[in-house]
Amino acid sequence: MKKIFVPLAIVTGAMFVAAPIMIGMADYESTMLLVQKIFYFHFATWMAMTLAIAVCGVASLVYLFKASKVAEWYATSAAELVVVFSLFGLFSGSLWGRKAWGVWWQWDARVTMATMLCLIFLGYLIVRKYGGPGSEKLAAAMGIFGAATSPFVYKSVDWWRTIHPQTTVMRTLGDKWPGAWRLVIFCTFAFLFLTVLLLFARVHLEALRSKLDDMYLAAED
Amino acid sequence: MTPGFLKVALLVLRKDLAIEARSREIVYTTLFFAVACVMIFSFAFVKEEGVPVDNAAAGILWIAVAFSGTLALGRTFERERYSETLRALLLAPAARPAVYAGKLLGMILMMAATEVILTPMVAFFFHAPFFARPLLLVALLGLGTIGFAAVGTLFAAMLVRTRTRDVLLPILLYPVTIPVIIAGVRGTAALLQSPPEEPVATLWIGLLTAFDVVFITLALWTFEPLMTE
Amino acid sequence: MIAVVLNLMFALQQQPTIPEGFVPVTGAPVTEQIPAAPLVIGAYAFFLLLMVFYLWTIWRRIGKVESEMQALERRQGEKR
Repeated sequence: MKKIFVPLAIVTGAMFVAAPIMIGMADYESTMLLVQKIFYFHFATWMAMTLAIAVCGVASLVYLFKASKVAEWYATSAAELVVVFSLFGLFSGSLWGRKAWGVWWQWDARVTMATMLCLIFLGYLIVRKYGGPGSEKLAAAMGIFGAATSPFVYKSVDWWRTIHPQTTVMRTLGDKWPGAWRLVIFCTFAFLFLTVLLLFARVHLEALRSKLDDMYLAAED
Repeated sequence: MTPGFLKVALLVLRKDLAIEARSREIVYTTLFFAVACVMIFSFAFVKEEGVPVDNAAAGILWIAVAFSGTLALGRTFERERYSETLRALLLAPAARPAVYAGKLLGMILMMAATEVILTPMVAFFFHAPFFARPLLLVALLGLGTIGFAAVGTLFAAMLVRTRTRDVLLPILLYPVTIPVIIAGVRGTAALLQSPPEEPVATLWIGLLTAFDVVFITLALWTFEPLMTE
Repeated sequence: MIAVVLNLMFALQQQPTIPEGFVPVTGAPVTEQIPAAPLVIGAYAFFLLLMVFYLWTIWRRIGKVESEMQALERRQGEKR
């Protein structure tokens, strides 16, 4: 696992250096013009968040049913990443909406649901920190239920017809505008690699903390 | 021989109902708290002329249900914790998920008792024609209550041993039950239109059903590992 | 009755159906008045700052744990 870290970091770094240049050179969208360029990172961050939610959900299940220490490290690290990426998603969405919709915020279906997910995983972090002994299990429950609500988030835009772009935008983008499609996939992969890197870094912190706890326990003997 | 799932659940339910029937403490306090909520929200959502904001009644009803439901959850499990009966329940030779099912049924009945009085009250104060389509309204309230109680019972039970349980329960419960509340409010608001928008309400009933199925299944599955130390 | 209908028809025909030339409007709609560049730059800059900040918090926390480990090891060494 650690061997892949440096090569992946180099690749990800290169992608993030190239991304702004490519975004700057991309074509404008006909109605939204410049502000639409937020889309490339905005979409990618939600994909990163989805990956983090999946990791957190699965790791929480493994921790709950197999009492695996390592799974718990992954769950808590992934939960932090969910909060980080969803905060950026909400922020970038707000800036884009300011121009495209005229308002900083809209209680539209997807915005509401995304905020909900951010709150759920913030709750994960809060209960883990302030829940006292055994709080890892409580947090795992939050992780599992949080992951279970995310399909509702994706489908919410299809059920509600609201101001937010529909899921058909992404599904037809490859046919209608291949240049943007390639660019958004590129940015998505950059974000996914970044998620993996940050996950490894954060799990390393948890592993160190666990080692410290073992050292304290050993010292008491 | 260990008793069957349904038998255990009904035994737990009977125990809770028997205790509650004697003092009626939780039902009265929950109902009164719900009414107080409605009063407070009325000040926020009634315009100067004394006319409430459109569709405010739907939101107020569901918020009162959610807030008073959280209170009832806290009180129910505080009672368990105080007499240490939860540990006794878990030590009993019965399937753990059955214990959860019994507590869930008790919780649903408790919230239903509150809603039976609360809904006509909100309809009265806010001139809201809730009962234009009574069957749809009952479906919305019922399924929404089941969803809220399903997650709430699990979270309240798992938090019983936590020191900061009173403040953590709302923090954990409300975000997860946001889809339930949204579906409930939107469905109820659809019923308030003239004429009532039945297809919209039916759509939300469908969502609530899906939510309930997913979350009760998850809760039954995770109850045991969550409650063991 | 017929006069009313005729008046109505006349009034309706006064409306231009499709504007042939430019149609002036005072003040651009809200969405056109907001400059997009600061928003786009702001979004990407925020991302950069967020990543730097997050990596810094991880680095700081790792540093704390490692210094605690070293302190513990030193104390163990002194005891022996």
